[in-house]
Amino acid sequence: MGFPQVYDYAPGKKSWGSYGLPREGTNVPDRSAGDVAHRDVPTCTLADRLADVRARVRAAGWDTCIVVNEQRVVLGRLGRQAIATDTDESVEQAMTPGPSTVRPSIGAEDLLERMRTRNLTSFLVTTPDGRLVGLVRRGDLE
Amino acid sequence: MPPRSIDRDEVRDLLAEEDAQLVEVLPAKEYGEEHIVGAVNIPLKELDERAPRELERERPVIVYCNDYQ
Repeated sequence: MGFPQVYDYAPGKKSWGSYGLPREGTNVPDRSAGDVAHRDVPTCTLADRLADVRARVRAAGWDTCIVVNEQRVVLGRLGRQAIATDTDESVEQAMTPGPSTVRPSIGAEDLLERMRTRNLTSFLVTTPDGRLVGLVRRGDLE
Repeated sequence: MPPRSIDRDEVRDLLAEEDAQLVEVLPAKEYGEEHIVGAVNIPLKELDERAPRELERERPVIVYCNDYQ
């Protein structure tokens, strides 16, 4: 090109979209998982006391809590049962490890279809490196 | 010398702080289907011919395509 400052964004537009960064075009869905995800879903760490987590989550009106590390990488999920019951366990014992996730760029319609097929009521949205973006409820998409 | 490879944070910084020009070098059809907001389209085969006319030489230029290729 002969220009003094030329850079190559090698990961390209697929990677850009998978991090929920803005795209446009005829194939870009009007609503994506990143647009509808609840970013205020409660989080906790493995070091937290489960009793404290339950109290905090219930007080906030939620029935789930996402277990993350210091970089907000998802480690597991405390589901409805784990939040509702008062067993004497650690967060690690009570959580479901490695929950299924989708990228922020997936279209809302595609995500709803995936939820219906797998009979799920919610889905976690993460970046490709596993960092939590938020939680999408099926009811938000129907 | 080939252009330096950068990550998405550097792209965002160059756009925000250096008024960089973002160029998708894929064919027009693929650009129309999906592109990064703010990007212009100059297919790779036309880049050498069109860049001097359509891009500003004093501003950074960031080229991209689909993914690592």
